[in-house]
Amino acid sequence: MATEILMPALSPTMEEGTLAKWLVKEGDTVSSGDLLAEIETDKATMEFEAVDDGTIGKLLVDAGTQNVKVNTPIALLLAEGESAETLPQAPEPAQAGDADAKAVPAGDPAKSAPPSSKPAPPSPKSAPPSPKSAPVPDWPEGTMLRQQTVREALRDAMAEEMRADDSVFLMGEEVAEYQGAYKISQGLLDEFGSKRVIDTPITEHGFAGVAVGAAFGGLRPIVEFMTFNFAMQAIDQIINSAAKTLYMSGGQMGAPMVFRGPNGAAARVAAQHSQDYAAWYMQIPGLKVAMPYSASDAKGLLKSAIRDPNPVIFLENEILYGRSFDVPELDDFTVPFGKARIWQQGDDVTIVSFGIGMKYALEAAEKLAGDGISAEVIDLRTLRPMDTATIVDSVMKTNRCVTVEEGWPQGSVGNYISSVLMQEAFDYLDAPVINCTGKDVPMPYAANLEKHALVTTDEVIAAVKQVTYR
Amino acid sequence: MVTRKSTRKPNVSAEELTTFYREMLLIRRFEEKAGQLYGMGLIGGFCHLYIGQEAVVVGLESVTEEGDKRITSYRDHGHMLACGMSPDGVMAELTGREGGYSKGKGGSMHMFSREKHFYGGHGIVGAQVPIGAGLAFADKYRENGRVTFTYFGDGASNQGQVYETFNMAALWQLPVVFVIENNQYAMGTAQQRSTSTPDLYTRGAAFGIPGEIVDGMNVVSVRDAGAKAIAHCRAGKGPYILEVKTYRYRGHSMSDPAKYRTREEVQKMREERDPIEQVRSMLLTGKHASEEDLKAIDKEIKSVINAAADFAKDSPEPSLDELWTDIYADAVPQNEVA
Ligand SMILES: Cc1ncc(C[n+]2csc(CCOP(=O)(O)OP(=O)(O)O)c2C)c(N)n1
Ligand SMILES: [Mg+2]
Repeated sequence: MATEILMPALSPTMEEGTLAKWLVKEGDTVSSGDLLAEIETDKATMEFEAVDDGTIGKLLVDAGTQNVKVNTPIALLLAEGESAETLPQAPEPAQAGDADAKAVPAGDPAKSAPPSSKPAPPSPKSAPPSPKSAPVPDWPEGTMLRQQTVREALRDAMAEEMRADDSVFLMGEEVAEYQGAYKISQGLLDEFGSKRVIDTPITEHGFAGVAVGAAFGGLRPIVEFMTFNFAMQAIDQIINSAAKTLYMSGGQMGAPMVFRGPNGAAARVAAQHSQDYAAWYMQIPGLKVAMPYSASDAKGLLKSAIRDPNPVIFLENEILYGRSFDVPELDDFTVPFGKARIWQQGDDVTIVSFGIGMKYALEAAEKLAGDGISAEVIDLRTLRPMDTATIVDSVMKTNRCVTVEEGWPQGSVGNYISSVLMQEAFDYLDAPVINCTGKDVPMPYAANLEKHALVTTDEVIAAVKQVTYR
Repeated sequence: MVTRKSTRKPNVSAEELTTFYREMLLIRRFEEKAGQLYGMGLIGGFCHLYIGQEAVVVGLESVTEEGDKRITSYRDHGHMLACGMSPDGVMAELTGREGGYSKGKGGSMHMFSREKHFYGGHGIVGAQVPIGAGLAFADKYRENGRVTFTYFGDGASNQGQVYETFNMAALWQLPVVFVIENNQYAMGTAQQRSTSTPDLYTRGAAFGIPGEIVDGMNVVSVRDAGAKAIAHCRAGKGPYILEVKTYRYRGHSMSDPAKYRTREEVQKMREERDPIEQVRSMLLTGKHASEEDLKAIDKEIKSVINAAADFAKDSPEPSLDELWTDIYADAVPQNEVA
């Protein structure tokens, strides 16, 4: 029996890829460990190795083919004694390891459509609803826009600020030679050199402290945490040193710096690597906290963060890195802290979110529109300072509010918003505010459990129906 | 205080060599299968393979006794197999199924077995080091003569908590062997790019902890060093450091394109230093086994691994109720008195 070689999943978030190049041809014999092909994933070009010994009978996918779904047969491998002639003309598509189909997702856990057992599961449609309806864009009318990923926008923000101010530097694990564990710092080492783009040892508490000292000493450090899960190693320096020194020194010195990196759940990386820290950092006086959703906000807020005279926690999201949004083509585009963005105006309910929570908020709003419910969707963009005035104004109009976030329910960002509304808009509320959050459990690894642990669009819709009594 | 590996002819029986061969091959084939299942989307998230490093755990496990403990990082599949955990249960955890060691809730990086005294499986670089010393603290407290093997990487050896731990372990004379698995890279960072001095085993010197460097591609050298270290600990002389020089053939995790080293470097290691090939040739040249004998072992292991993969695919996903279990305990999980 010829063995089908399947398009491999080569990263936690990969659903499809480009078969960039074949490194073997039909008739070649290969043994385990030999290179078969180069495959471009969402993050990198990877070499793909043979697992079994045999002869390449047929290449089923041409080099250069894009969007090849994970698990699509890409070649046939003949065992000893088999010949290509004996192959069936049209090979049967492979079942995913003849396993229980439900276990196949290698991709985005936030997407709720169950993957099918077909070889090329249709990628669930997840393009964010068009931001066209944003009533107040952050740029002048007529500004040229171009599509950019959040990843590119973050890199551009750092590069622009580093060009403008030579006291700005980037440090972190794998930021320089490896070009960033998530490729956010791609190209920065080339442009700015190893004096300003610095690979650190794995010693978060140490390098966070070194960066605080550098900030006291007059530099503008950007500290990249490979993910915010590892910033827990450094949290003492972030809070006790960076956040409090301005106060403790009576205003003599502070820590103008940025701590940034991916925050929250990625895909199937389980409890120790999947935590949303929004509510934690939001609590700390002396810190500012940004958590952008779109690429334009990622860029504009990061530039503001780098210039800010205070320590800023900048919470990114791995799943959003690859998403594209309109970004204005302006020489110096910034977004101010403490100003929420209204993505969509509406009359019946206010949905407040931030970061990847916006994905659920916008999806829910779109579906609710189909049911005749008009939702106003607010993206907070920064959690500290928080633009509560925009929320209160909106709720005075809609009289109902639902908050959406990925973090845990007890002591959530939504809890804080609820208390603000209770104090400032009590008489306007027609229903209790509902906080949609991640479940009150550590993040499980199993695919089915992970899906349930996250907040879902359906939960947001149900909450809206509850507060609107539909 | 420092001993280099001896050049004497190794003192090892045919039986022991065969066991080493079998155990290392089990890990290698397990990991190859795991890589395959990852490619098929049956395993998700991060998956760190141990291929190339097999001699480290197999050599060290051969000197342990019942009740000794072990703890390591996320690159943990080899440790679990070497201490006798079942390939079925480990593989089913990798696929996130009910039959996995953590019922599918932990995944590749977070697995545990109280029965086999395996304390994880830790995803945060360096975090297992103080915990390992704490296990040794408990053993010393109970005066039970047990030793803990605390494994960590060359990259982890730069974490501050490692040195806080060294100080306490030496201060309190804890029975812990610190095993630095120096595979020469921490993700994309070669050791010399992250470490101010080339040797890691000397880093205990400031705390009075003896250490030595070990050829981690040679399972017999590892066994010998392990025996010495464990004897030191059991004699109540406190901690010991083994810097085991090893090499990982695959990327850091499944999504690492490994552009920071050449293919030739990897190829050379594979061809000249492979731990399994070394034992294989010792077995053959010493006439301890024939090609046929080894083929039979290969075949047997293949079937164990295929069975584990089948188990891991057929085991059902955890029931949704599991989302809400094991967050709080009603009682201390059966406490261990070893
Ligand atoms: C505190 C912390 N920082 C960063 C990471 C990301 N990370 C995971 S493994 C790794 C490299 C560790 O290398 P090493 O200790 O040499 O172990 P190896 O992977 O080589 O076994 C890094 C940086 C992490 N998991 N935890
Ligand atoms: Mg290493």
